[in-house]
Amino acid sequence: MTKVTMTINGKSVAGDVEGNTLLASFLRDDLHLTGTHIGCDTSQCGACVVHVDGRAVKSCTMFATEANGAEVATIEGQAAADGTLNVIQQAFQDHHGLQCGFCTPGMVMSTAALLKDNPKPTVTEVRTYLEGNICRCTGYHNIVKAIMAASGQDVSAIAAE
Amino acid sequence: MYAFDIECPTTIAEAAQALGGENQALSGGQTLIPTLKARLASPEKLVSLTAIAEMKGISSAGGVLSIGGATCHADVAADGSYKALSELAAHIGDPAVRNRGTIGGSVANNDPAACYPAAALASGATIVTNTREIAADDFFLGMFETALEEGEIVTAVKFPIPEKANYQKFVQPASRFALVGVFVAKTTDGVRVAVTGASNEGVHRWTAAEEALNASFAVSALDDLTVSADNLIADLHGSPEYRAHLIKVMTGRAVSAAS
Repeated sequence: MTKVTMTINGKSVAGDVEGNTLLASFLRDDLHLTGTHIGCDTSQCGACVVHVDGRAVKSCTMFATEANGAEVATIEGQAAADGTLNVIQQAFQDHHGLQCGFCTPGMVMSTAALLKDNPKPTVTEVRTYLEGNICRCTGYHNIVKAIMAASGQDVSAIAAE
Repeated sequence: MYAFDIECPTTIAEAAQALGGENQALSGGQTLIPTLKARLASPEKLVSLTAIAEMKGISSAGGVLSIGGATCHADVAADGSYKALSELAAHIGDPAVRNRGTIGGSVANNDPAACYPAAALASGATIVTNTREIAADDFFLGMFETALEEGEIVTAVKFPIPEKANYQKFVQPASRFALVGVFVAKTTDGVRVAVTGASNEGVHRWTAAEEALNASFAVSALDDLTVSADNLIADLHGSPEYRAHLIKVMTGRAVSAAS
């Protein structure tokens, strides 16, 4: 076992992990932050996307030890402390950007990373950026619409498609 | 996964000391971790290279771009000083993969459909390790085979920036690896054409196209050439004949787009 410490959603945490403990498993099993989902466990689906030192990564494809000392942001840190959804989460709700909701934590975290670098993406840029996030319900149309709305852009044309 | 220990050294010297025996270097892990999950590898210990600051970063001097082995694809994509290389990096995998996967890991693994080996071979890059420098022509030895010794670490890759270059990837849409990818570089010493994704021997040069393009750097220079399907990859995504056809098509597109 190795001792790791990291800052998760602004809070310092510590734990003992095995060499082969994935960051996703540390978050879910040890810290009970089960908002980060493991969909495929083969680096394909993106449901486990979190931010490590400000960058979107697949937490099922990184070891917890490698995040030692890092700043980690997960879906649990997206809403305000009183439960008020952030602008991305609210847009997903308003535009029905989720059906079963399983992929949504990864979608929201990828969107947050996209909008940080590119505050007003085009529809094509959104679809390209989300190449690594799979929605098994195939609800992509409304996901893209929600992201366009979250970035403050007019979505009436998308609604008419 | 089988059980193993993991070590995170902060210098190349420490990492080199930790490697050897059944210990395995771990870079970005975007290939190795899925391999470990599938129990296709059982190292006693992983030696992570991602905490080694001296292996990260990009610098340019005298027309040569030097990229640390632990530099992730997203950083190469953002650099822009070797345009064709940055464009290649920007289309590897997906954004989250590009934030972890590294150039050192890619060339060390030498996946027969990976993008970076084509760039390194076409550019006439030099692979720098903790013990020596290896020309790309001598480095890539076949599918998943390189000139690396046990425990040797790719600490950097040095690219002489060519006059013109371009990479064209025909994407296998499920994996986003190259079904066929062709990197064309026009250097002061002549044209170099490297093909990935196509051959059972891994990345390789298409010398007939190089000769034709040295005579005339134009798509029409390729008109009379044909690519043999011998020893090209056959899988459910494409036959050897299909890949042979794609090599010529993608080479033409790369010549046309080279800048």
